[in-house]
Amino acid sequence: MTDSCASRARSEISFVINGVRKTVHAYPMERLLDVLRQQLHLTGTKEGCGEGECGSCSVLMDGILVNSCLVPLLQAQGASIVTIEGLAAGETLHILQEAFLECGGAQCGICTPGMILAALHILNEKREPTMEEIREGLSGNLCRCTGYSQIVEAVAEAARRRATA
Amino acid sequence: MNSDSIVGKSVPRKEGRDKVTGRSQYVDDMVLPNMLFGATVRSQIARGRVRKITFSPGIPWDEFVIVSAKDIRGKNCIALIGDDQPCLAKEFINHPEEPILLLAHPDQHLLPQAIAAVSIEYDPLPAVFTIEESERRSEIVWGEDNVFKTYLIEKGDVDAIWEKADYVVEGEYTTGAQEQLYIENNGMIAAFDAANGITVWGSLQCPYYIHKALMSLCDLPAEKVRVVQMETGGAFGGKEEYPSMIAGHAALLAIKSGRPVKIIYDRMEDMAATTKRHPSRTRHRTAVSKNGKILGGEIDFTIDGGAYLTLSPVVLSRGAIHAGGPYYWPSVRIRAKAVATNAPPHGAFRGFGAPQSLFAMERQMDRIAQQVGLSPVEIRRRNFLQPGQTTTTEQVVREPINLGTLLDRALEVSDYQRKRHRFTNENQAGTKRKGIGIAAFLHGAGFTGSGERYLSSVVGVEGCADGSARVLVSSTEFGQGTKTVLSQIAAEALGLPYETVSVAQSDTLEVPNSGPTVASRTAMVVGKLVQSAASGIKQTLISSGLLREPYSVDEFRTACQRYLATHGEFRCWSRYEAPSDIFWDDEEYRGEAYAAFGWAVYIAEVAVDLTTYSVSVDDFVAVQEVGKVLHPLLARGQIIGGIAQAIGFSLYEKVIWQNGRMHNSQMTNYIMPTSSDLPPIRVFFEELGNVHGAYGAKGLGELPMDGPAPAIVNAVEDALRVHFDSIPLLPEDIMDGLNEDRLTRNKVAASSRERGVGSPGSAR
Repeated sequence: MTDSCASRARSEISFVINGVRKTVHAYPMERLLDVLRQQLHLTGTKEGCGEGECGSCSVLMDGILVNSCLVPLLQAQGASIVTIEGLAAGETLHILQEAFLECGGAQCGICTPGMILAALHILNEKREPTMEEIREGLSGNLCRCTGYSQIVEAVAEAARRRATA
Repeated sequence: MNSDSIVGKSVPRKEGRDKVTGRSQYVDDMVLPNMLFGATVRSQIARGRVRKITFSPGIPWDEFVIVSAKDIRGKNCIALIGDDQPCLAKEFINHPEEPILLLAHPDQHLLPQAIAAVSIEYDPLPAVFTIEESERRSEIVWGEDNVFKTYLIEKGDVDAIWEKADYVVEGEYTTGAQEQLYIENNGMIAAFDAANGITVWGSLQCPYYIHKALMSLCDLPAEKVRVVQMETGGAFGGKEEYPSMIAGHAALLAIKSGRPVKIIYDRMEDMAATTKRHPSRTRHRTAVSKNGKILGGEIDFTIDGGAYLTLSPVVLSRGAIHAGGPYYWPSVRIRAKAVATNAPPHGAFRGFGAPQSLFAMERQMDRIAQQVGLSPVEIRRRNFLQPGQTTTTEQVVREPINLGTLLDRALEVSDYQRKRHRFTNENQAGTKRKGIGIAAFLHGAGFTGSGERYLSSVVGVEGCADGSARVLVSSTEFGQGTKTVLSQIAAEALGLPYETVSVAQSDTLEVPNSGPTVASRTAMVVGKLVQSAASGIKQTLISSGLLREPYSVDEFRTACQRYLATHGEFRCWSRYEAPSDIFWDDEEYRGEAYAAFGWAVYIAEVAVDLTTYSVSVDDFVAVQEVGKVLHPLLARGQIIGGIAQAIGFSLYEKVIWQNGRMHNSQMTNYIMPTSSDLPPIRVFFEELGNVHGAYGAKGLGELPMDGPAPAIVNAVEDALRVHFDSIPLLPEDIMDGLNEDRLTRNKVAASSRERGVGSPGSAR
């Protein structure tokens, strides 16, 4: 949205991103994806299709897995958002990131951030997800490289590690 | 190799940490100061002449940078094999979505409106959209006869075999276009200044293809063109040739505006305008003896190349060479042809012609089995190529391959015999029909024929002052594990830990031309050169008296520092040299087509739902021989990923064409498999020992694309007892096939009653 094409005014919109409160000055109908990438420079969130099919732009918003390409910014007002940048604690990787590395869950890497957010959502919802539940839980996120097996194995491995931690 | 070997171990992926943390920099993540955004105005018609271009009011045109063919100071073509494809159409249009104008503006959101405000009037010309229309030649849309390229492969005296044949089996098989569907869309950034020339950063496979194309397009010397690969989010062949076009466009805008320009395609533009897998048609006529031996045959292999030559001759060549499958043909005649249509050019996609011709071959094998009265297992076993025999191009099989062993392993792990028997019984009742199918196949690694000799690839390894080593190659990482595997090879050769080796960013300013990252050649061909260059580093230090074996990491570092103190730079280079026993005749299309082949037997188990006509793949077993497996985790990932793409090719992915334009250019209506659609894929490697590539490795990236489609369709036929010879095989095709089969059987029954004989069933 631009000055030249938008008749609406910019607004102040505030939300918590990866635990930090932020206020952005933006158009209410801007895509959350663009605000994350362009204003907040959180480029780990990727665009694959722009129509909610591929899940590359997945983030957690108040604990719900959303496609940030389909979320108008105004809906993020007051929300708590988690992106891929919010998972590792400094140089210590999240168990899902570790498992993706070890199990071959990332090949080209473009779907990986969204896939890891979808996986996090599964782990948040299920204590011990079955392989079937993992496959179902990831089915909104497309990966063209892996054929999914090693991603599914990575999520199962992370769930196992959490259970024994 | 000892137990400390780095090769053969699943070491951590070099760039893995950046990928799982979201830190990797893809081209769209990069921003340059003062950057403009570029977009492409494309043709709305398939063929014709541009009569008039009007810039409608309502857009601040004076703020835009506009580039047309007139702004090109070099040659208006994308230099590759031929020079027929313009970078920007000047007058004649040959396919929908052909680039005509380029626009750039600081505000990317203004671009869609601006594109819509450019109205182009055309004088349309008749166009052709299918192989058959192109062959009819009622319209000549390319050259003198609509034919890009033909090949003829002849072995033995085919014409003499027909009278000796107990069976002559005929079939025609077709495959559709397939979109690569990398999740990262195509994108490029270009910047220009008079002193340094043009630099492009982008999502790409082949930096030196782009380098060559930009030199010609921008009329710049080699040193004034620089191509840098950013992290690339999937490619699969789809970023082999088309990125040269996008780089050209970004470069033209950057030169005219004097500012950096970023062009990022959205999904619709990427799907509609860029390349896809070539649609194909293969006709088989095979002479077979009564004991099921192939005596010889004719294979006509035809592909639709789209509107321009691009890579079609090379795709055609690989398809033709693979058309006979992993079988022994005493005689054969393979006629291959690539024709022109008015669709956007089809291009490279994993497998590169082989998935098309091997689909036909492996369907034909099942058809032969039925006519001869043998099982799909037995017909293959009796015809497998054996060491010492020759392929269709009369290449002697020197590898110690035993396809029977691969077949046995696949039969055993898939529980084939028992399942086949059980399904036959269980398929009598219920609303599901189960089936199991086999495909045996091969895939040649590296460039075809004399290709590697022409490429003459160069690789470098650098010894650094901190005791690390850097691999210098133009070979790119786009998910397959290039950086990891080449580092393993270098570390192994240097006797250093994996962690001390890195691979330089693929930047033409810094890396030599190690050839394109295609054709399953990176581990085998480039890997071998890395091994040799790394050995060169080690030998240099030893022969100059700076190092003695065995050595520690510290001793290696000290030796490097001493060498650098004297010489200033420490790099060793290795250039490809063709083995002396490899012979290839480009004229006759005969000889050693590939230095090595990957071999495989795949078995698919399917269930067809008779209510919805949908097919699910319930089990998939993949047994292959690819030489030494350098990295088991990555290798398994490559195989599973390839099979998943091939399941899409078989059962889901259909490009709907409307006058040469992809009608369903969205992920919403072009359907690729999700995690819920795929079975667990079981992967097995046999290592029979091979001497060709680095530490005995052969190519494996494309192999898994070749076999699944025929295995799956063979399984569907096993389930339904109805022939299906076209892919993609969608539920509606299965419904049509079953209805047609029912009609045919009713007709046969009716005519039998008229003749006063029993139905075929009761007669037996």
